[in-house]
Amino acid sequence: MSLLKITDLTQRFGGLTAVSDLQLNLEEGGLYGLIGPNGAGKTTIFNMVSGFYTPTEGTINFDGNVINGKKPHTVTALGIGRTFQNIRLWHDMTVLDNIRLSQHYHLGYSVFEPFLRTKNYFKNEKRIEEKSMELLGVFNLQDIAHEYPKNLPYGIQRRVEIARALAAEPKLLLLDEPAAGLSSADVVDLIDHIRWIHDNFDITILMIEHQMEVIMNLCQYIKVIDFGKTIAEGTPDEIQKNPQVIKAYLGDEGDIYA
Amino acid sequence: MGKYQQKTVMIGGGILFGLLLILAHFKMIDLYVQSVIMFIGVNIIFATSLSIVNGYMGEFSCGHAGFMAVGAYVSSLLTVVLFTVDKETGLSILPASMSLYLFPIIIIIGGIAAGIAGLLVAIPSFKTRDDYLAIITIAVNFIIITALNNMDFVGGSRGYMGMKKVIYGMEGVFKFPYMLFWVITFAIFTVFLIRRFITSTYGKGIIAIKQDEVAAEIMSVDTNHMKLVAFMFSSGLAGVSGGLFAHVIGYVNPGSFSILKSTEGLVMVYLAGMGSLSGSVISAILFTILLELLRPLQIFKWVIIPLILILVMQFRPEGLMGDKELSDFFPKLKKFYKFK
Repeated sequence: MSLLKITDLTQRFGGLTAVSDLQLNLEEGGLYGLIGPNGAGKTTIFNMVSGFYTPTEGTINFDGNVINGKKPHTVTALGIGRTFQNIRLWHDMTVLDNIRLSQHYHLGYSVFEPFLRTKNYFKNEKRIEEKSMELLGVFNLQDIAHEYPKNLPYGIQRRVEIARALAAEPKLLLLDEPAAGLSSADVVDLIDHIRWIHDNFDITILMIEHQMEVIMNLCQYIKVIDFGKTIAEGTPDEIQKNPQVIKAYLGDEGDIYA
Repeated sequence: MGKYQQKTVMIGGGILFGLLLILAHFKMIDLYVQSVIMFIGVNIIFATSLSIVNGYMGEFSCGHAGFMAVGAYVSSLLTVVLFTVDKETGLSILPASMSLYLFPIIIIIGGIAAGIAGLLVAIPSFKTRDDYLAIITIAVNFIIITALNNMDFVGGSRGYMGMKKVIYGMEGVFKFPYMLFWVITFAIFTVFLIRRFITSTYGKGIIAIKQDEVAAEIMSVDTNHMKLVAFMFSSGLAGVSGGLFAHVIGYVNPGSFSILKSTEGLVMVYLAGMGSLSGSVISAILFTILLELLRPLQIFKWVIIPLILILVMQFRPEGLMGDKELSDFFPKLKKFYKFK
């Protein structure tokens, strides 16, 4: 069943067309890759799907809902989680609070209950805390629950950020360059980690990545875009052999000899 | 942490409060000291309410006194109209005995009015932030003051009075230091409410906005809703402090809620440290006492106080407490009271 269906998606910023006529269809449970040279429009696509930009044209259909024009927090509540290229944790809040706050869409109590401290409030706060600790336990992060993210190594921060995105129980997880800034040892860990998340969380993953090692190892299906247009799509093997992709990444052979 | 020890704090505080009221009732503390205590209470409400927006949410609101003015005028108008004697008929609309019960409700109505006025800042805050929002808040302060200056039924720039009569009316029914009681009660409630808000997962949404608004929005925090709640909550409490202030002094004029008053609030919050509730309380107390001690210097105190602010910003830019609470400095206090 199709989880995310993007049709004729176009985004223009003034005279610049960042993404044009994009078609994308993600089946439930897949692990997809989105690659392309710098400035190809990959993050713009993520920003449209997660609700930061309203597409100029086209529709984004997620799980039966048209989501373009919806606010990011509503989109997240519908089931799209996301991480950022540059880690955007709340750095002056404990790891536990970071995870806790990602469940803001589903607190289970009304605006006045924090003030009145009703039974229902305590019940739900307890539920949120237990769920957060459980998630941290699954990620083996329970020991740093009370640390501040700013004091943690970069690789751990990445994991906290992914855990935070999963705390909102997304059906679709968007990973924006999860390997950026990681050492090669950390990258190997990350690959295992993402595969493990995909196997254990019943989730569809769409990732942007520049490191081919990550993409080729993980993704079942890859879409390549350049200047906002799709130039190729297919399985990792097909992509690696595609002359258009090689051209986009390495330049035209003709250029070299010209 | 023992329940027993937590109760000691409540009982101890209650006894102190009771003792204070008894001493005040039998005129064992003079009126000047009483009024300083009341100003401390008003300033605690004013400073802690401002710290919701400036400290926890990280926006820069410079027009907080405007909301104080709304609360002050609305509640003064209500008490004076309802409880003072009409010149022609010789009767008040409601008997003075009812003012004993209705007074806190009227103060809260003033707060609600100020909270609604808070929409003037809350709605622009959806699209604007930082310096630009600060400019909007200054503008709102000016709008409110100018509006009050031009409203003849509240005396315009001459000010509005008659609140003392209401208090005398209350004391005529039953002798009791009412203002001292209500100011301290409201101050305690304010601190409790803010603490409850800020320690809940719901309220922490505004701290998330301060630290990274984009991340907050993407992690399912409805930032517009949280800003609306924070601004209205903060300005509503400022309105409560205004209502109490008006009834303590017995006279209000638009000039006393000018940008200078807003600045006093900023001084208290930044002296305390952004995002420290106990810090705001302590600095409200220190600041009020300091103002009183420097009174003999007259106008020169407005040289000394900014100088203190300069020194604090220079040597301790995060404020006296930073984002720490009292219990972070004195861990033993945790036994007695849960600060976070």
